[in-house]
Amino acid sequence: MMLPRALDPFAAFAQALRGAGFAVSPDQTIDFVAGVGVLGPQGMTDIYRAGRALFAIPPERVTEYEAIFHAIFLDQVIQAPADGDEEDDLEAYEPTSQDQQIEAPEDESEIGAEPTGAERLSQRRLSMRNAEAVRRLLKDAPRALPRRMSYRRRGAKRGDRIDMRRTLREAAKREGDVTALLQTKRKMRQRKVLILLDVSGSMKERSEEMMQLAHGVMQSADHAEIFTLGTRLTRITQALKPADHTQALARAAQAIADFDGGTRIGDALAAFLSVPRYAGFARGAAVVVVSDGLERGDPSIMIDAVRRISRSAWRLDWLTPLAADPEYVPITEGLSAILPVLDHLGDGNSAAMVTDHILNMARRI
Amino acid sequence: MPVTPNIAGIDSPDTLQKALLDAQYLADDALATSAYLSLALGKPLLVEGAPGVGKTEAAKALGGVLGRNVIRLQCFEGIDAAAALYEWNYPRQMLAIRQANDEYLNLYGEDFLLERPLLAALRNPAGSLLLIDEIDRADHEFEAFLLEFLSDFTISIPETGTMRATQAPVVVLTSNRTRDLHEALRRRCVYHWIDYPDAALEAKIVMMRASTVAHATAQAVVASVGHLRAEPLAKPPGVAETVEWAEAATLLNGQGARWPEAFKRSIGVALKDHDDLSYVQDRLSVILPGEAA
Repeated sequence: MMLPRALDPFAAFAQALRGAGFAVSPDQTIDFVAGVGVLGPQGMTDIYRAGRALFAIPPERVTEYEAIFHAIFLDQVIQAPADGDEEDDLEAYEPTSQDQQIEAPEDESEIGAEPTGAERLSQRRLSMRNAEAVRRLLKDAPRALPRRMSYRRRGAKRGDRIDMRRTLREAAKREGDVTALLQTKRKMRQRKVLILLDVSGSMKERSEEMMQLAHGVMQSADHAEIFTLGTRLTRITQALKPADHTQALARAAQAIADFDGGTRIGDALAAFLSVPRYAGFARGAAVVVVSDGLERGDPSIMIDAVRRISRSAWRLDWLTPLAADPEYVPITEGLSAILPVLDHLGDGNSAAMVTDHILNMARRI
Repeated sequence: MPVTPNIAGIDSPDTLQKALLDAQYLADDALATSAYLSLALGKPLLVEGAPGVGKTEAAKALGGVLGRNVIRLQCFEGIDAAAALYEWNYPRQMLAIRQANDEYLNLYGEDFLLERPLLAALRNPAGSLLLIDEIDRADHEFEAFLLEFLSDFTISIPETGTMRATQAPVVVLTSNRTRDLHEALRRRCVYHWIDYPDAALEAKIVMMRASTVAHATAQAVVASVGHLRAEPLAKPPGVAETVEWAEAATLLNGQGARWPEAFKRSIGVALKDHDDLSYVQDRLSVILPGEAA
């Protein structure tokens, strides 16, 4: 069926949104047109609001949405600002596009202008040592990761609650005689795993293998969240979702603008806590921080943030490459102050060591 | 998909906004538009926002405006069909079996069915508004289940068969966004993000909700809540906290506490986290409302 001419901009708008990585379904486009029709529309605002409501635009992508809206309906070509810009105050950054192109974006955004770490990460192959660690992770993690009781129940020989439904059904077959009380018990489910990776200059040599490892965790755990810490906080969970590691690492590399930069762990952790959705990831989770803890900013911010995370997390472990030395004692103000709230301060010298730790977390209580 | 531009006398976002105002809920233009679209297009309304911005209130007010009974389903981890849909009355079934002897007994009849929110809404779609509260607390299994329910409003009960709603009920979902909802669920809904209201609107809300508070007090409280929300707090005060703080301070003031002191002593109503309190402690004199009414 041919669309009426007047609907062209609406279809073009849906196309443009899709092109920008918004997940727009044909149903939504139909609803959008219907919605605009219902509203009158009495002005551009009606179209704007109908689009926001019916394409379900999340708040952090509104700027992008506005730019596309202006381009299509008001014929103004406004360069969409890089997503990170307005969130820089928070120093929290979440690459939002679900199916981001792997090629560098055409506009010279902040992300595109920072190719060094990104290129390295996407081009290098897994070293043998690493490949071994990641393979071990993929194989063992589903069984070895820490578990907790779920609120869902299943039938069990020896449970702690009577399964009324099944008991009754059995009884109905025997004219109401209850021969056995069938029982249920709570299922087990994997705990969330939250990994915070330091990607600053001082961790330079390890950031690639740690990213590969993070990808391994992402692939093998039921619920994992991965963030990087540098001069700012970046959520790379979405980027690491593809099973293919080359593709995933390229996406992650593109998202991280502060590779090999300075260290402001405290600020990045504070940014993590100030976004309630992120802070919620730490609740009841096994949190692993891979960082040398060499904070260049004010250590008190880092100390406060770590204390707060430790209070909501199930366990908080800090892995530092410096601990590879058996004589190592944390002496920096930051690390020595957080030592009492850590469940474990361990060796984060290599992906293999971190893998060991992750696979043994459940046993280290 | 049927489009009904006029539902219970609501024929535009403006009329809905006015009706909500009469129901003591101040909605901004964008919320009124989204809510109106959800009614007109017969799609669920998904409202997201920080805790305490008035998401649940919005749903209740909408129920009041439409003259519908609000059926609330509070989500939690592990919520399942027995809590959301229906449950059989087992003790009663058991007694019935015992008493039936040789007579025929329909164990899965109406008498033994206990309605839970989703089933209740399905059976009376014209008279109820289904509020699915804090969907982000439920787990993925329940979200997937809900997806099915929201797309065709049917419930299948293995023992009896499928029940279908005669018309699509009005559904409002709220989420605190502690996790991302599945894209498919968002796609089925009309979406609205509620932000903290601006200072003028929030002062109006305080005046509307708290009967004892003077206008100047309301403005002062709103201004300092605005400052607090700009700080990196674990739990920034929501609108409900603003209202309570204004009320609490007014109460203390009425008993003789002087103004800045009354705010300071009642700050526990606004900030409910020890870390947050100690974080702003030093600068309280700047943040707290100064002279007020």
